[in-house]
Amino acid sequence: MLTLLLLGIPLLAALILLVAKGSNLKNLALSFSLVEFVVSVYAWFLYRQEPSSSVLSFDAEWIKSIGAHFDVSINALSLLMILLTNFLIPLIILSSYRKGYALSNKFYGFILLMQMALVGVFMANDGFLFYVFWEVALIPIYFICLLWGSEGTARVTLKFFIYTFLGSLFMLVGLLYLYNHTGVDGTKSWNVNELYLAGKSMNVKEQSAVFWSVFVAFAIKMPIVPFHTWQPDTYVTAPTQGTMLLSGIMLKMASFGLLKWLIPAVPLGLEVWGHTALMLCVIGIIYTSIIAIGQKDYKRFIAYASVAHVAVIAAGALSLNQQGIQGSIMLMLAHGVNAVGLFFVVEILIRYAGTSEIPKLGGIRNLNSNFGMHFFIIMLGVVAIPLTNGFIGEFLSLNGLYQYSPVMAGFAGLSIIFGAVYMLRTYQHIMLGEVKDTTLRMGTLEASEKITLAIISLAVLAMGVYPAPLNEIAETAANEILMHIK
Amino acid sequence: MMKLAALVPLFPLVGFILNGLFGKKMSKGLSGTIASVAMLLSFGISLAVFLELQTAENKATVINLFSWISSDTLQVPFEFLIDPLSSVFLLIITGIGFLIHIYSLGYMKHDDAFARFFAYLNLFVFFMLLLVMGNNYLILFMGWEGVGLCSYLLIGFWFKNNAYNDAAKKAFIINRIGDLGFLLGIFLIFTTYGSTTFGDIFPNAGMASPAVVTTIALLLFFGATGKSAQIPLFTWLPDAMAGPTPVSALIHAATMVTAGVYMIVRSNIFYSMSETASAVVAIVGLATALIAALIGLFQNDIKKILAYSTVSQLGLMFLGLGAGAFSSSVFHVTTHAFFKALLFLAAGSVIHAMGGEQDIRKMGGLKGKIKITFITMLIGTIAISGIPPLSGFFSKDEIMAHVFEYNGLLWFFAMIVSALTAFYMFRLIFLTFYGKFRGTSEQEHHLHESPPTMTIPLVVLAALAIFGGLLGLPEFWGMSNWMAENLDTIIMHHHETRLSHQTEWILMGLAVVSALIIILIAYNVYRKKGLVPVEKEQQLKDWQRPIFHKFYVDEIYDFLVRRPVDFLSESFYKVLDLQVVSLLVDGIGNSVKTFGSYIRLIQNGNVSTYIVGMVMSIICILLFIFLI
Repeated sequence: MLTLLLLGIPLLAALILLVAKGSNLKNLALSFSLVEFVVSVYAWFLYRQEPSSSVLSFDAEWIKSIGAHFDVSINALSLLMILLTNFLIPLIILSSYRKGYALSNKFYGFILLMQMALVGVFMANDGFLFYVFWEVALIPIYFICLLWGSEGTARVTLKFFIYTFLGSLFMLVGLLYLYNHTGVDGTKSWNVNELYLAGKSMNVKEQSAVFWSVFVAFAIKMPIVPFHTWQPDTYVTAPTQGTMLLSGIMLKMASFGLLKWLIPAVPLGLEVWGHTALMLCVIGIIYTSIIAIGQKDYKRFIAYASVAHVAVIAAGALSLNQQGIQGSIMLMLAHGVNAVGLFFVVEILIRYAGTSEIPKLGGIRNLNSNFGMHFFIIMLGVVAIPLTNGFIGEFLSLNGLYQYSPVMAGFAGLSIIFGAVYMLRTYQHIMLGEVKDTTLRMGTLEASEKITLAIISLAVLAMGVYPAPLNEIAETAANEILMHIK
Repeated sequence: MMKLAALVPLFPLVGFILNGLFGKKMSKGLSGTIASVAMLLSFGISLAVFLELQTAENKATVINLFSWISSDTLQVPFEFLIDPLSSVFLLIITGIGFLIHIYSLGYMKHDDAFARFFAYLNLFVFFMLLLVMGNNYLILFMGWEGVGLCSYLLIGFWFKNNAYNDAAKKAFIINRIGDLGFLLGIFLIFTTYGSTTFGDIFPNAGMASPAVVTTIALLLFFGATGKSAQIPLFTWLPDAMAGPTPVSALIHAATMVTAGVYMIVRSNIFYSMSETASAVVAIVGLATALIAALIGLFQNDIKKILAYSTVSQLGLMFLGLGAGAFSSSVFHVTTHAFFKALLFLAAGSVIHAMGGEQDIRKMGGLKGKIKITFITMLIGTIAISGIPPLSGFFSKDEIMAHVFEYNGLLWFFAMIVSALTAFYMFRLIFLTFYGKFRGTSEQEHHLHESPPTMTIPLVVLAALAIFGGLLGLPEFWGMSNWMAENLDTIIMHHHETRLSHQTEWILMGLAVVSALIIILIAYNVYRKKGLVPVEKEQQLKDWQRPIFHKFYVDEIYDFLVRRPVDFLSESFYKVLDLQVVSLLVDGIGNSVKTFGSYIRLIQNGNVSTYIVGMVMSIICILLFIFLI
């Protein structure tokens, strides 16, 4: 029943906020998201006591004619993703406190609706239900980008929408194909394990077709080069909170999907095409890292840097070994926290300096060393210095990739060099040097901003110094996924 | 008692946290005291641990703190190893670290960011201690990255100056290039031996094929070339002199840059097993030593001379490692830490006296004005030049004997390096302290000896530079070489020198005589003739020009790496991403539009027709993929 509660809290909040007019209920939105976070921590607590506890799952018949069930549960992988989502949503809400969006009740309503859909995506054990949540998640982010985005957002958002919607259709076809192969005895099922069995029963060609149709959907969402061009534009025009939702959590739907809905289902397809997909990832890492080095706009810069990091996540997952998969899960968590941190930094920059163009900024550390410190810590996480959250994931992912192919790991490893190049360069341009006219107004931060930054920095450090509580769940999760392959 | 060693890194960590969080609210005196006391406590425990280890039966104690990373067969505990090797490094790091903290109390007295400086310094010591105490390659790597980070922070300590920031960034990025090699080395070690813990790997090192061992050794060494500033990754160290001078002494001379040596000594088994890897280490070390010494001849910035000297001395240590002289190299790390820290701190005292001037052409005649600085710096110079009985003589001689046995040609070039070292160091001494003062009259008026907080560390280090040789007296003198005996247990393959006593005496004599001759030449040129280096490039002879320009290495890297990457960044973005990929996407979009105008004919408003059409098209696409 806890799973229903996890869906119900944000849904209830979303309904209240979407119905309410005006912009006076931000505290309500924050409170609901905090309650949701507490409940997910409680779920974590229960999971630690008894992983297969019946409280952590719920299954009821849903659409009988197609055999779809409302089947949601919490296992190792979904627990981590839910913790990430529900940890980040309150931060994202808090990060908008000073912004004062017009019609902010609707704005928060969409965020919470999105939270419901994301939690649903991560918990669904039924292919149809998964697809429904997946599509539902697209709607609020579409409106958030469209209604609260900056200039040119309509065109960009449409591009984003068509792009990902097209991907979703590919995914639907893949899932339908699997579904059609379920039930030898005539009763079709959307159950995840049935879909795995269906996939494994198919021949190489069929598995390959399913692999590509589903992989393309995920590759667009993550995104993986060359399916990434929607992302930089969207990141630039979307409101910051929309970008945080997108890069912090929503992209993880795809890497999560890769681990739960694709890898265990088509082992033969992976055997044939996994290598090609990995090549795409490795090329993407280098290609986007190099582009990131030359970017002038901070948002566009993070977009490219993010594509590079996400490609490491995918590469780890596709290595198909314990370290690779575990690393990709840990990197998802780190990337989520760091992406929200990086975008919050730009929110503050734009508020005080009025621009996100890197060359126009400079010397901010002279004026606000506290802000400089937080930015620095987040940067360390992105650069994956040991004792920050980025390290363990990156280390394990690359280690896994190395076991798959040392040469690929060597190329993918270039990201640790390029990552240092573009992050340090950006940090230096924005924070160090002499104060410029644009940055003169950089005063002290407000309490809500300080709190948000402090929580993110603490998370970056805590997950790096003592990763064990999360890492042991990731270890189990990777183990469970590998069990399906072997 | 041994378990207390876990406290050694804890004190500087606490010092960092206190100064980092509350430094701004504290008085300078308090934050300086916190940082220095933290170091003193660490030093005290290190000393106790060290002394206990001398008599202990068990030469290796493992202290387990908690499980850091667990991934199936990959188990990485947060674990420390206290053994003869780490205990020597503990003493160097905390001992010299403490002296440099004291020195910094005076040197940084007028800096506004006093607390931040000490916070970084403490943090550096913390990571350096992790580096040498780690019981597996990952904790070593953690310290390795951490000291790199602190180096970045301290080189760019005065962050308003973008030239300093660039130097800091350069140091970090070049180190990261090495780190990739190190990381790949760790991956290979894990895939080969199934562990990253030293105790699991070294006894089983022989289980891997020779090719794998060589690859591991080379990858680790590539990592070392970054941190220890060897060819091809040495160019960051001279630029790193942008940091405050105590930083140069602690990080860029005595401790961090020797991390590469530590790592190779720790992994000595791989090098003993691979002649190829050893040869590469020896040759790269020698080439670095030679090139850096040559460049050192033409430097006029007092800190840059010392920086190139450090690169050169590190090269000698790697030459020693390649020749199998592991304990001799650790010995040289130790004595080098004494005299090079001394030289840097003395240089800092000179700069302090000169009001920030670093160009030795604008100094001269300082010996009467800053007596303690002069005498201590002279001691450091004699030590590094290899004149007996100062410490540098013994450690260098030990390495040279091994190199001679390893390869006569390498030994010959190493002798040239030694000669060059003596020359540029005495050039520095004569130009700085002798002759007439060449600065402004205002500077002359202000000349003063540094406060006791700065001179006391100088005196202590000078004493260490004089007597440090006692740690490793030559065996052929009939003495016992403590360093060699101490490190006995961690060196896997022993390599006893088989040179006759007579040969060793001759080698030693040659080294001393050549050093003395070179010093005389330097005396003749810079003291007697009073030559001051030229200001302008045009006055240089043709053969001098490449050396003056540091063999154009920075320019070559700029041309070969930085510009192509910038070019690629620009063209990937503007051509590939904005044009090609987007065109494809838009092209698909447009063709859909055109196609749509025909399709419109069959649009009848019936939703089910649409869905059928949509699913049909997707199936077509799938069939397409499916059939090819």
